[in-house]
Amino acid sequence: MKKVMMGNHALSWGAQLGRAQVIAAYPITPQTQVVELLSEMCADKSLDAKFIKVESEHSAMAACIGASLAGARTFTATSAHGLALMHELLHWAAIGRLPVVMGNINRAMAPGWSIWSDQNDSLSQRDTGWMQYYCASNQEVLDTTIQAFKVSEALAVPGMIMLDAFTLSHTYEVVDIPEQDKVDSFLPPFQAKLRLSSDDPRAFGGLTSPEHYFELRYKQQKDMEKAPALVAETGKEYEKLFGRRLELIEAYRNEDAELLFVTSGTTGYTARVAVDALRKEGVKAGNLRIRLFRPFPFAELRKLVGRSGRRVAVVDRNLSFGHHGIFFQEVKSALYGHADGTAVFGYVSGLGGRDISLEHFKEIAADALKRRPPAEEIVWIGVRK
Amino acid sequence: MSKKKTTEKIVLATERDFPIMPMSLGTMHHNRTGAWRNIRPVIDKENCIQCGICWKFCPDVSIYVENEYPVIDYVYCKGCGICAEECPSKCIAMVEEKK
Amino acid sequence: MIEIRFHGRGGQGTVVASKILADAIAKEGNYVQAYPEFGVERRGAPVVAFLRVDDKPIYDKSRIYTPDHIVVVEPTLVEAIDVTDGLKPGGTILVNTDKKPADFPQYKKFRVVTVDATAIAVKNKLGTLAAPIVNTAITGAVVKVFELAKLPSLQDSIREAIGIKTEDNVKAAGEAFELVVLGKAGGK
Repeated sequence: MKKVMMGNHALSWGAQLGRAQVIAAYPITPQTQVVELLSEMCADKSLDAKFIKVESEHSAMAACIGASLAGARTFTATSAHGLALMHELLHWAAIGRLPVVMGNINRAMAPGWSIWSDQNDSLSQRDTGWMQYYCASNQEVLDTTIQAFKVSEALAVPGMIMLDAFTLSHTYEVVDIPEQDKVDSFLPPFQAKLRLSSDDPRAFGGLTSPEHYFELRYKQQKDMEKAPALVAETGKEYEKLFGRRLELIEAYRNEDAELLFVTSGTTGYTARVAVDALRKEGVKAGNLRIRLFRPFPFAELRKLVGRSGRRVAVVDRNLSFGHHGIFFQEVKSALYGHADGTAVFGYVSGLGGRDISLEHFKEIAADALKRRPPAEEIVWIGVRK
Repeated sequence: MSKKKTTEKIVLATERDFPIMPMSLGTMHHNRTGAWRNIRPVIDKENCIQCGICWKFCPDVSIYVENEYPVIDYVYCKGCGICAEECPSKCIAMVEEKK
Repeated sequence: MIEIRFHGRGGQGTVVASKILADAIAKEGNYVQAYPEFGVERRGAPVVAFLRVDDKPIYDKSRIYTPDHIVVVEPTLVEAIDVTDGLKPGGTILVNTDKKPADFPQYKKFRVVTVDATAIAVKNKLGTLAAPIVNTAITGAVVKVFELAKLPSLQDSIREAIGIKTEDNVKAAGEAFELVVLGKAGGK
């Protein structure tokens, strides 16, 4: 069934079709519609879930942790300061190996108080052990949510799904809603690997000395390293049933490109339009939209960039202060020793929701084609200097 | 208290014009909230008893005193109607704003 | 691809109108992207909404800078702001007004189209004279002028979106569809 809906509602539909059983969430612009629709779905029983109204995002994650450990498929959503407020419990959910799935609307951190698109909120959490997906369309949001439940539950690793504030969360697009029975055949009920049970009572998460902590982290990392292959395989399975495939990195006109944009989120879609415009002007441009960011898709990136001495322009709608754009840092480090003769440049743009336009992409392309490597400074695009 | 001064436009052309942290660079005089209004208070001076209650109650400091009578500052008045509500002689009428 | 910008005032249903249009466009198998200008709004303040329509998937997620057409939902906005900012030369401006296209000489560079959506709304008892609900009537004019969708698809979309006075809203859209005054280029 095709329906025009906003990106936020695509998350709600994903959670509903994925048969989430416990939803604990706190409202925050621009996420509120996610949980509003979910609460309506719970109220009219189109979703058979317990909706827990909590008093803060910290409590929302706490409730999700408890519910997940009790064996329920859990879902929540937040943004920016809400995500920041749950920070310590993001660690808990990941190290606690609980497959919570969460939507995060990428919104700028304050001050200044901003409701607009910026990736620092989720990227600040990239070390917590959560999987991270960055979406560019409402359809992708819905499909990713359903697939995220499957991958997270198989690996016992929580996952968060990112939507750009407003340009994705509040933008209306046509979404093809899969049939429930087909989703059920794709995503069976949650089989918890860890479970609070009175038949087999265990204590979880207790005091762990240096004698034991390290092995637990080793196992967590090893399981997370299985994710890229599993996400790819799950994507193929989903395609067989629903006709749509989502990649770890979405490549567009990259094979013969002399200039490759590396982008994420809705910027990664605008980049495609820029690529087409540049090609018309004789520039062999291409785009790699990174969709799976944690774990980082090393092999996929190296394969797509290749060894052909291209110029790579990474566009970051984020910045690690005191260093550089975060996708830039990670792309550069992933390519180290792998892409001889490839120049990688980092562009920071669109912080706080400033639009990243086709003109900006042309500016980035012009710069990347003439900049002398190994230029390492931040190239600021669109800031009034 | 006299009529407020008009304000100069604050221009933020380059990053050098910005403070280091988001903060107000002007006063609330810059925010001409009178544009928000759908109804406006009109004082009937004939029946005004000069008690000063409207001036005291206005939440937006949009009534000033001139020649011992209250005057509405329509540049900032949002049309909330509290002055009309509180006026003991009921000499303030709330009138639809003509667009 | 067509890009349209809508100008209204907060609380008038401009955003709902763009959503209903998106629905109608999607019903006919085309691709659409609709979004409001994102910001803190209040009733009465000018608001802007955007629509992109194409027969293939729409990848441009940047802001619309140079719309092909403009829709002015609230007549006072013509005086209050420059609704033609960025409008491509030769583009069409659809204005909700009781005036005629020739009454807008300031829009000489563009094609002006008018519809008295306010009168249609009031006639169908949608809202009040002081606060008429013009958005559904506007959608009828929009699909006619810009050929975005057929009237029946639009009316079905209205039925799905509007729960109160549904058929009155449907009727308003149909009347606006018929009553749009198509101007010629040069504002004649």
